[in-house]
Amino acid sequence: MFDWIQYFADWLIYRIFSIAQGSKLGDALNFFVYDTLKILILLFLITMVMGVVNSYFPVDRIRNFLSRNKLFGLEYLLASTFGAVTPFCSCSSVPLFIGFVKGGIPLGVTFAFLITSPLVNEVAIALFVGMFGLKATIIYVSSGILLGMIGGVVLGKLNLEKYLSPWVQGILTNAEKEGEFDEEKKNFAERLPEIFREATGIIKSVFWYILVGIGIGALMHGFIPTGFFEQYISKDNPFAVPIAVILGVPMYSNAAGVLPVIQVFVQKGIPIGTAIAFMMAVVGLSIPEATLLKKVMTWKLIGIFFTVVSFFIIISGYLFNIIL
Amino acid sequence: MNIKVLGPGCPKCKTTYNNVIEAVKQTGIDAEVIKIEDIEEMMKYNVLTTPVLMINEVAKIKGRVAEIKEIKELINANL
Repeated sequence: MFDWIQYFADWLIYRIFSIAQGSKLGDALNFFVYDTLKILILLFLITMVMGVVNSYFPVDRIRNFLSRNKLFGLEYLLASTFGAVTPFCSCSSVPLFIGFVKGGIPLGVTFAFLITSPLVNEVAIALFVGMFGLKATIIYVSSGILLGMIGGVVLGKLNLEKYLSPWVQGILTNAEKEGEFDEEKKNFAERLPEIFREATGIIKSVFWYILVGIGIGALMHGFIPTGFFEQYISKDNPFAVPIAVILGVPMYSNAAGVLPVIQVFVQKGIPIGTAIAFMMAVVGLSIPEATLLKKVMTWKLIGIFFTVVSFFIIISGYLFNIIL
Repeated sequence: MNIKVLGPGCPKCKTTYNNVIEAVKQTGIDAEVIKIEDIEEMMKYNVLTTPVLMINEVAKIKGRVAEIKEIKELINANL
């Protein structure tokens, strides 16, 4: 499917710029051109598809649906899946959290949404398909959704309501079921311009991150010998996954910045599970997110939330290493 | 006219606010533009995704940046 991009990159770098094939600079530049084009194309396709889904299932509608219906456990799966589909903006996480609580949605279900939302998103999926292929992407998406689900169930069982900020507890006691969502009556053609605008907006907002990420990746690709990292993090080291996760949690980057670098880690010998666990820790949990959540929860609850999610990220890291 | 921009201060919210100011200037109407950044205050309006653009207490655009052109159309429709 992407052969033509490779031909183009070869032609551009080796013919037009006449940089020798096999030279470090040539390899790095070729990789940069190929990766950038491939990922931008994938990103456009996936944001458009996600945009269509979002246009028909906006988050208000999902909230009202979860609020009105008793689903006997299925609500965790739904909340987690919708978390994956909704585009994530860190500044929306607090209003979303309150909005869910206000609609009488159990805390565990709200957490399921909150966990998956940053973990699986359109940008990460596009980069994943481009870098690790379809099989790895499917495993990543389903394990992300599973992780949100299990994390939500576990957090729900812990009766954490008392650790919410007092004003949120007030909302909790006054929670009421939401009404039917009155949907805009628009046909597909009328929705498309808005979806297109949203998709290009997302691409614009991550464009430079991707470029810088792939740039760093390309440099490492061209200049770092294969197997270089293995002397530090080998597949046999049983603590590699937890170390990667603990290093990743305080850091924050979006998937666009961190994945191109991770791809190179993997190419140079780091096991993919360890790399993905690191990525999940970086995009899913961070200090900026903790400070945002401080508005609605106590430090204790943030601590519990982070610990539970980190634990499951570590487990999925081990699983990835076994499966992939 | 009363225009409100709700958002906790992320880049998208700032862009929306600036677009509103620009749209008001271009249309030359007399409008009161308020930016709401406090979460507790924001939740009174039952928002889920930010930024939200409200005209005369009705949410018009949710969860995305409102373009200047769109805002001008909304202003004209609500005159």
